[in-house]
Amino acid sequence: MELQLLLLFMIFAAIVAVQIEDLLSSVIAVGAVGLGLSLVFLILKAPDLAITQLVVEILCLIILIRATINKDLALVRDGRWFFNTASTLLFIALFLIFAYFALQELPHFGQPIMRVAQEYINTGLAKTGATNIVAAIILDFRGYDTLGEATILFTAVMGVLAVIRKVGRINEK
Amino acid sequence: MSVYILCLVLFCIGLYAVLRKRNLIKIIIGLGIIEYAVNLFFVLIGYRQHGRAPILAKDQVILNMVDPLPQALVLTSIVIGLAVTALIVAIAIRLYEKYGTFDITKIRRLRG
Amino acid sequence: MKNKKEVGMTLIVKTITRLTVGLILLYGIYIVLHGHISPGGGFAGGVIIALSFIHLMLAFGKEATLKKLSQTASSIIESLGALMFLSIALLGFLGGYFFFNFFLHKGSPFALFSAGIIPLCNIAISLKVGAGLFAIFAALVLFRGLGEKE
Repeated sequence: MELQLLLLFMIFAAIVAVQIEDLLSSVIAVGAVGLGLSLVFLILKAPDLAITQLVVEILCLIILIRATINKDLALVRDGRWFFNTASTLLFIALFLIFAYFALQELPHFGQPIMRVAQEYINTGLAKTGATNIVAAIILDFRGYDTLGEATILFTAVMGVLAVIRKVGRINEK
Repeated sequence: MSVYILCLVLFCIGLYAVLRKRNLIKIIIGLGIIEYAVNLFFVLIGYRQHGRAPILAKDQVILNMVDPLPQALVLTSIVIGLAVTALIVAIAIRLYEKYGTFDITKIRRLRG
Repeated sequence: MKNKKEVGMTLIVKTITRLTVGLILLYGIYIVLHGHISPGGGFAGGVIIALSFIHLMLAFGKEATLKKLSQTASSIIESLGALMFLSIALLGFLGGYFFFNFFLHKGSPFALFSAGIIPLCNIAISLKVGAGLFAIFAALVLFRGLGEKE
């Protein structure tokens, strides 16, 4: 019950974030969506994810506010606004209809098929010695994925430094 | 079942922002909302009714844990999403410095 | 020439920052080290360590913080973290596999020194994530383009 209420709050905050014209207010509304997501992770019994989502959301807010310092003027609507919006809404409605039929194939909410995960839970403590099963999975059973993730982070840092570095570094006044 | 539909509605709101908005910051916000919805969908699939968190406790035998495998996959996905957002914001700052606006219909000139 | 301009934020923010930034760093290290016992792990702890340095930069301005952790030092620490993670993985070749948990005696559960290579991997990941995110933030904040000179 509280899961549906939190999801409705997140949807409302997302609509506010997308439609409002002031850039700073929409960034704060995205922050509300992220913090609501952290609460939902806690209700779904995932404490690792709740901690990580909370701190990552705060950092994402700081970076987004840095981007919105350069404000822009309000935009006008161009001529074909009605046709574009109607076709986008039609496409989204079609996507939701097909998704509803596809979602019937999933197992019921609350009864997962844990074929592989049952092996990890049964032999996790004996094979790795760690009592946090999620840490044992990401660092011992599936260490390759963590290596790939470390590579992605490294590439992203290099990309940011390469894009920013071209012109106008620290202006020593 | 209704939680899956709500999660997909959140995804569609982000998709609408990416497709229809002209301001570059709104497009970045839409991408962030899409990423939240996808992470949420993964964790929703792995939830077990009256389950417990996947951490062992002292002197207790826990029989019903939630599925830890989607949680392990989403953990790295959250941090990757942050790195991608930082990269997109860096490109947006450079675009503003070059063209003077965030409007995507005016950022079309090929020469500087 | 004396610098008469006030950098950073107001006096209240600076005083509170002096009190809390050490506690935030300590909390981040705690979450990293206990990653195999309680929720958390390398990623969350690394982000918290980066947040403590970003807190310092937001409150005191960029010159004072770059004296504590310069951009060169943060890129060296990030590369060290990545190389440490990769070498721990390659040491598994001793056992015949890649990423082999080669400590044969895994320790007793719920102790701090248990679970083989998992605490070492957590420390390597946290160094990499923390230093990388601080480098991203320092580059984005220090950027002064041609259009922002006035």
